[in-house]
Amino acid sequence: MKILVAVKRVIDYNVQIRVKEDNSGVVTDNVKMSTNPPDDNAIEEAVKIKEAGKATEVVAVSIGEEKAQETVRKALAVGADRGILVKTESVVEPLSVSKLLQKIVEKEKPDLVLMGKQAIDDDCNQTGQMLSALLNWPQATFASKIEIKDGKLEVTREIDEGLETIEINVPAIVTCDLRLNEPRYASLPNIMKAKKKPIEQLNASDLGVDISPRIEQIKVEEPPKRKAGIKVSSVSELVQKLKNEAKVI
Amino acid sequence: MSVLLIAEHNNKELRPFTLNAATAASQIDNDVHAVIIGNNCEEAAKALSKLEFVKKVIQVEAAYYENFVAENFAPVIVKLANNYSHIISSANTFGKNLMPRIAAALDTSQISDITKVIAPDTFLRPIYAGNAFATVKSKDAKKCVTIRPTSFDACESSGESASIEKTEASEEFTKTKFVKREEVKSDRPELGTARVVVSGGRGMQSGDNFKLITSLADKLNAAIGASRAAVDAGYISNDHQVGQTGKVVVPDLYIAVGISGAIQHLAGMKESKVIVAINKDGEAPIFSIADYGLEADLFEAVPQFLEELNKLNTIQK
Repeated sequence: MKILVAVKRVIDYNVQIRVKEDNSGVVTDNVKMSTNPPDDNAIEEAVKIKEAGKATEVVAVSIGEEKAQETVRKALAVGADRGILVKTESVVEPLSVSKLLQKIVEKEKPDLVLMGKQAIDDDCNQTGQMLSALLNWPQATFASKIEIKDGKLEVTREIDEGLETIEINVPAIVTCDLRLNEPRYASLPNIMKAKKKPIEQLNASDLGVDISPRIEQIKVEEPPKRKAGIKVSSVSELVQKLKNEAKVI
Repeated sequence: MSVLLIAEHNNKELRPFTLNAATAASQIDNDVHAVIIGNNCEEAAKALSKLEFVKKVIQVEAAYYENFVAENFAPVIVKLANNYSHIISSANTFGKNLMPRIAAALDTSQISDITKVIAPDTFLRPIYAGNAFATVKSKDAKKCVTIRPTSFDACESSGESASIEKTEASEEFTKTKFVKREEVKSDRPELGTARVVVSGGRGMQSGDNFKLITSLADKLNAAIGASRAAVDAGYISNDHQVGQTGKVVVPDLYIAVGISGAIQHLAGMKESKVIVAINKDGEAPIFSIADYGLEADLFEAVPQFLEELNKLNTIQK
């Protein structure tokens, strides 16, 4: 089995983001960037499947600016065999990303495509589902467990009501939840080794896909601020405030 | 043109967020049609036809629609889409799983998780876990939109009965098979719609200690929430998770116990009307958004809280 893993470079999840003064977006200059957290789970799962002898190759792909190479490199340091970077300087919406990934899938012919269920920057939660629609493949979203059984996958999905299990034929797309596994850290020797692993660079404009934005971002604003609250000194004061001031109990 | 609402249901009843999605749909255009796809879902279709705002119901049935597999649902919607300007569903795991599959098939750039309809083509939506809000305008002819249920009121369900029209099923997608669903049944209010939510975090230290949260929730007729840390640690099941990748809740009262307040958690609860935080770390970020903060050991404070609530009940009686 060959596995393709899509990874996205996003503002690190620990960074308190700031909105630009002209409301054109959020500040990304001099801000720490990392791999989108559930994409780390996707890479980890792919590497684990390979370590269990059930996959022959893990290919990591990212779409974005030149610097997204760091994100691909990190996937290589964790255990992916080679990387692909599809370069574009423009904003790519999930629909465009899924069309570009479709081109990569047609070229690489993986049996399984893994990615995070959602990117923590735009919070869209679309790309995996869109890619499986374009390919007409089965999809298993929000996966917290993946079992490989005779060319099929049994996937446990985290849904609002609890857990759901489905069985899908390969080739398939699985989007990963944070509870799928515990992503490992790259060891220093593996980081050094990753520097020698190949990363193929492609230009998005050469893939014959229209990636022009369909959504105009008119403005980005700060959320309304909550007015500062108070500290209470005891439980009885808390209960009195909730009853007499906030009137919620 | 009209708006097509995708109903979420369990083949017997509508799931509650369908009522919020109907309200959102009506704010885009008042000609709202609703599609219900299922198996033996007659009763749910009737309930749908009685929703305020719903002018017509389209019912599509087949055995393979029993378990809401997106690969089976999407072609039905795509076939109906010709007659509609907008396709709407909730941004919960049902809508998140299904809508992008429809949008890609229609070559439409989906707009996810809107909190406000500004114009039929312009919407407000949170990004970066609600740390920023983007106003976005769709240039696509057809718009696929998922709505944040807690940002729209549930519509009335006592309207006049709209007509129910049956349409043929689409072909079965055979490469995906439903195996099982493990639903956590509870007599408590549902987390997404509860008036009071009591949540526990890593500070609870064990699943056993969650009993304290349960007792408090019992007393307040509240739903039980949890931070991701508590779910990851195995203290409680995933369906209780509140946050960026869990559920978004907007109760009248949110009580955070032993929760430090990571950005990802705040994203799921900071719109709550009144927030209470109980934490022994006075520097915990949760205090920066709490209306009432109590710096205390939760293992002392929660039992006291229960006692005070008992006293209150006695007085009221």
